[in-house]
Amino acid sequence: MPEAYIPIFLFILVAIGFAIFTLMVSRLVHASRVNKVKLEPYECGIEPLTDARDRYSVRYYLVAMLFVIFDVETVFMFPWAVIMDELALFGLIEMLVFLFILVIGYVYAWRKGALDWA
Amino acid sequence: MLDTVVIPLLKIAVLVNAVLVAVTFLVLMERKVIAWAQSRLGPMRVGPYGILQAIADPIKLILKEDITPVKADRHVFTLAPIMSLVPALVVFAVVPFGPDPLYYIGDINVGLLFIISVTSIGVYGIILGGWASNSKYPLLASLRASAQLISYEIAVTMTLVSVILTTGTLSLVGIVEAQQESGIWFAFIQPVALVLIFIGGLAETNRAPFDLPEAETELTGGFHTEYSGMRFALFFLAEYANMIVISAIVVLMFFGGWLRPFPNIAFLGFLDLLPAWIWFVGKVFLFLYVFIWIRATLPRYRYDQLMSLGWKVLIPVAIGNLVVTGVFKVVF
Repeated sequence: MPEAYIPIFLFILVAIGFAIFTLMVSRLVHASRVNKVKLEPYECGIEPLTDARDRYSVRYYLVAMLFVIFDVETVFMFPWAVIMDELALFGLIEMLVFLFILVIGYVYAWRKGALDWA
Repeated sequence: MLDTVVIPLLKIAVLVNAVLVAVTFLVLMERKVIAWAQSRLGPMRVGPYGILQAIADPIKLILKEDITPVKADRHVFTLAPIMSLVPALVVFAVVPFGPDPLYYIGDINVGLLFIISVTSIGVYGIILGGWASNSKYPLLASLRASAQLISYEIAVTMTLVSVILTTGTLSLVGIVEAQQESGIWFAFIQPVALVLIFIGGLAETNRAPFDLPEAETELTGGFHTEYSGMRFALFFLAEYANMIVISAIVVLMFFGGWLRPFPNIAFLGFLDLLPAWIWFVGKVFLFLYVFIWIRATLPRYRYDQLMSLGWKVLIPVAIGNLVVTGVFKVVF
């Protein structure tokens, strides 16, 4: 039923249009008194010495990696859950095996300390 | 042409306006409720009991100076708030306000999947906003915010699977109809899922006690420290629209959506005198009140506690709930 998506597509266009429109209106009416200090990055009154694009903790990458793995595996469960009525016991056992493999990976990540943040 | 374009456009216009008005009054409600929780009066100056504050705030934000820091990436800096707001609004396309096709814009058979995927796009707005600011606090806050969002998303998505098992459909209209048929709100069938989704929803909307991305004692203003004027307002709007979305999902999946309380008891039929959409909006605002109530009550988590709650508590509970639901479904 592709025609059900036409209103949603229209909605996306309206939402983008609304966001751009409000920014344009604001640009026309808002006050503007800029000076050099006002345009500097905010660092609680201290003059910024180094660039902000520095190295940061590798933990964030680790979380993102784990997220990709677990979320993709979860998405596989959606079609299974929808037709569970037809699959019955076979589908359940199949999914328990799938979940078991997922849990092994999860326990491994936990034991390796990937889930600790300190 | 009329049915596929004009009528949906009218409905979209009404809905977008309704969401914007709801957001402005939600902000007023939040300020009032928190003020009362702290024995203050809250906004009282603009209009009777400060009611017109909801109109004064957007006008002020439009008129405020909107600066772009010299070091910022100009184009991405403008793109980020748009990317944050658009998904927050588009999600409402599949939210049904009533049983009739008049009350929703599109009932697609993958409604729940649509909501999950579209709300996830909002994370890009936060990452890009923090990155484009080229300032230390926003960058750190945007990293935190995105790590927090994706951590809790796993638990929420897994919990949704167990709800889908109970209903057998991804359509939001179908989920509410399933509750009407079974004569009981899913809150009583899936209580664990309700708690998981509510906690996850608090974390995904960056609300207290999980409002670390905006922890003012550590990160000044969070990822939008460098934002001002209308571009800040778009971020703000997106945050509150997301709160409404989470409440709407909780109401649709666990509290019968537009159904009146006790939908199968005929003797309470007089409750149907109120239209379905009023029941829906009323329930949504009840949950928004709970969001605000929690913010007024609970202190903020520490970041490592937040991550370990998401990864070490919510995910195992979600997997357990999924297995139990699956076994129950087959055995009974």
